[in-house]
Amino acid sequence: MSQVKTKSSFGVAQLILFLSIAVLVVVVAFPVLLILFNAFWVEDHFNFDGAIMILQQPATYQALKNSLIIAAMSTIGSTIVGTFFAWLVTRTDLPHKKFMKAMFLVPFMLPSFIGAMAWKMLLSPNAGFINQFFMQHLGFTGPVFNIYSYLGISLVEVMYLFPFVFIQVCGALERMDPTLEESARISGAGLFTITRKITIPLVLPSILSGALLIMLYSMAHFGTVAVLGIENGIYNIPTLIYERIHQSGGSFDAIRTGTVLATVLVISAALIIWAQRKILGSGHYQIIGGKSFRPMELKLRGLRMPMMIFCFLYIGFTILLPTVVIFLVGSLKTYGLSFSPENLSLDNFKFILFEYAVTRDAIVNSVTLGFTAAIITMFAGVMISYVIVKMKVRGKGILEFLGMLPFSVPGSVIALGVILAWSGQFGVNFYNTVWIILLAYIARYMAFSLKANSAALEQVHDSLVEASRACGATMWQSLKDIVLPLVKPGMLAAFFLIFLPSLRELTVSIMLYAPTTRTIGVAIYTLNEDGETVISAALAAIALIIIVIGQFIINHFSKKAGV
Amino acid sequence: MDIIRMEGITKGYPDHPVLNDLTLSIKKGECFTLLGPSGCGKTVLLRLIAGFESPETGKIFIDDIPVNDMEEGIDVPPENRGLGVVFQDYAVWPHMTVFENIAYPLKIANVPKDEIQQRVMEMVDIVGMKGLDKRYPSELSGGQQQRVALARALVGKPSLMLLDEPLSNLDANLREEMRFEIKELQRKLGVTVLYVTHDQEIGLAISDRVAIMDENGVIQQIGTPWEIFEQPANPFVFNFMGIANFIDVRRDGTNFFVGTGTQPMPWDEKPEGEAVDWVAAFRPSDVTISREDKGLHGIVRRANFLGAMMDYLIEIDGAFLRTSLETHHAIARDLILKAGDTINVQFLSLHWFEKETLKGVRNE
Repeated sequence: MSQVKTKSSFGVAQLILFLSIAVLVVVVAFPVLLILFNAFWVEDHFNFDGAIMILQQPATYQALKNSLIIAAMSTIGSTIVGTFFAWLVTRTDLPHKKFMKAMFLVPFMLPSFIGAMAWKMLLSPNAGFINQFFMQHLGFTGPVFNIYSYLGISLVEVMYLFPFVFIQVCGALERMDPTLEESARISGAGLFTITRKITIPLVLPSILSGALLIMLYSMAHFGTVAVLGIENGIYNIPTLIYERIHQSGGSFDAIRTGTVLATVLVISAALIIWAQRKILGSGHYQIIGGKSFRPMELKLRGLRMPMMIFCFLYIGFTILLPTVVIFLVGSLKTYGLSFSPENLSLDNFKFILFEYAVTRDAIVNSVTLGFTAAIITMFAGVMISYVIVKMKVRGKGILEFLGMLPFSVPGSVIALGVILAWSGQFGVNFYNTVWIILLAYIARYMAFSLKANSAALEQVHDSLVEASRACGATMWQSLKDIVLPLVKPGMLAAFFLIFLPSLRELTVSIMLYAPTTRTIGVAIYTLNEDGETVISAALAAIALIIIVIGQFIINHFSKKAGV
Repeated sequence: MDIIRMEGITKGYPDHPVLNDLTLSIKKGECFTLLGPSGCGKTVLLRLIAGFESPETGKIFIDDIPVNDMEEGIDVPPENRGLGVVFQDYAVWPHMTVFENIAYPLKIANVPKDEIQQRVMEMVDIVGMKGLDKRYPSELSGGQQQRVALARALVGKPSLMLLDEPLSNLDANLREEMRFEIKELQRKLGVTVLYVTHDQEIGLAISDRVAIMDENGVIQQIGTPWEIFEQPANPFVFNFMGIANFIDVRRDGTNFFVGTGTQPMPWDEKPEGEAVDWVAAFRPSDVTISREDKGLHGIVRRANFLGAMMDYLIEIDGAFLRTSLETHHAIARDLILKAGDTINVQFLSLHWFEKETLKGVRNE
């Protein structure tokens, strides 16, 4: 062992780098590039004016405007709701804070299009249960609220998106050093001044960063707008892309409109991500460290009980009510019957699980797709994060740039990109097969995997690997014996972060499905569109059960793994 | 025979050169310490030898076999260099027990199971970890983790062990204990040690030879601890090897006067050279003070009682020096002084430097 062995190692580092770049290029960069290319390159020449003209068409222009209006309203609403509740559960003596905090995170795991369906059942202008109740029993002549509106769509999005702000602001408020506020207090500042001059400026980066995430999400969001908007002719960018491609069966014009709209999404996403990085990177944020403190608590006094009742009402109205409606409707024999015991049964569930091929296939498809995508993305993510976080190798810059891409490409863009890339033009035709959905899932969820894995890898200090190299282990042996066992918790986290959302995925699958390759999300959505409301609700209920069980397993695992 | 030979090594980062045309050799069986201030490039040098980084130019030989020869394109990866390395942060693998950590090099080398068992347990014994072999690192103290790291580096019987500030994360008592244990291990196992540190005390205590490196990655002096301490080659080495006093001395013909005053320097060996401005350098322990009228007259400017020691700052005609003496001596000799007292100063040992050469070294 003390003998020097002069044998040079072959380029393992280069090989891994090459593989990593290849994965990201094939899965993300190539489809996105094709979109940009198709948007601006018409008949062998660069055509910028053509793209502008498409955007000026009334329908596309309206969709752009709608995306902006809905995103703006949802962002403002979610930011107010999220910040308020975050402050309430971290900085006041509200009763049952722990429970409330857990409940406010529930919308994170619920698919918003299922929520939108529930709200459609509750508040559609004529048939909605609430509207009907008001009209039949309270003498209203018209509906109390029309969910098929900008306000309706935005409110539903707020219900499902506010946790983005909530979680960020909670974190910031919890990690903020209380001495910052205490010293202001000692200097004679009142609570109002402290909040205005100390607390809010310190938490502002977190609020803004959460708000930008919501903006990004809402601009590119398909489900809610598809369920609630199309009825009234409200299209946003993703629903318009879907509509065009779906209707025309992939004609040149539709594709071109799609690519131009997708380009707008990509550019806005890039701007939003850039702004978010800038905000988080600014000096303000560093005052909030990683340590947890016991923060100063405001006594609500007389408002304590009213606030608690308000929170419970909010939770009941936005989380419990839609869920109950989905389950009840899912148990009805026919849509339109009243919810009396003789009309309810478990027959629908039996039917979709064991008899109806469409839903049975959808469940099988979603589970296998989700599992495969999660496994592949998990391993690819480890490899790519490893190069980015740990390796010193020339050409890493390209990979760092490519690694940013998955974070800023919305789902509908990915779907359109994979259609362009893998339906025959380049010798590979996956169109109408599960493979194209799988590729799209991998691209869509790569960001989650990169995030979880690089966080885990950053915990593995370089010297641990150097120590094993010095002990005589090759790079592969070090990876196998040292790095992999230590990043296992991160990989597990990545797996579940991908597997669970993919079970309820809609935005990507809806653009790519074929009759035999429906996923759960697609099946729920199309059944609902076809008027099979009770079947669709029953499947949604089953999806909710699967998601809750899955979340339970994740929590159990991540506690065990200490993530 | 040299176990390590480095010739013309250059290594730098884009905006920051670290090592420039460095040449160094380490003899088989010795305990060699590379001593330098933090950020001087001593860790880079160790990492070059270990093979974690490659030099831009130059050659490195281990046992006369080239492991780096940039012209020939030779760059042997770390796993093939057969060295033991101990890191500052221990780098003990948290998912393996003490036994598994120490056994890993042997496992990689495909040593038979029963031999692994025997050699690991022997090593566990040597580093004083008996009975702890089934523990995980999280259940060990810092000192114990560092013992595991030492055992792991030594179990493969390497001819050379590299240690990068292995004790700097330990508390003072443990540090003192461990440094003698490392020395003892080195003697017992006959392994060559390259020890990198910024702590001159450790450097002097355990080394056969010491190299002093300055901030720019240039080796200023190589020698035995005694040579380095007694015959520092230049002001940098002198200053680095202990808190140094420098007082200005000016030449006036054949006389040397202290500071701005007219007291002649009470020292027989005058410096050789024509310069006007000189600096006399000495350690606080090389000063004696007394109430007798001998030596230089000074005024106490600051007196600190540090428990066992008294610490004085004394001004002599605009030149300041620090000295300390044991409190019980001070009491016995009536040397408990306070600010403003006058006192006489003599020197036991002096080094002369031209004032010009001291730029950047002197920190007053």
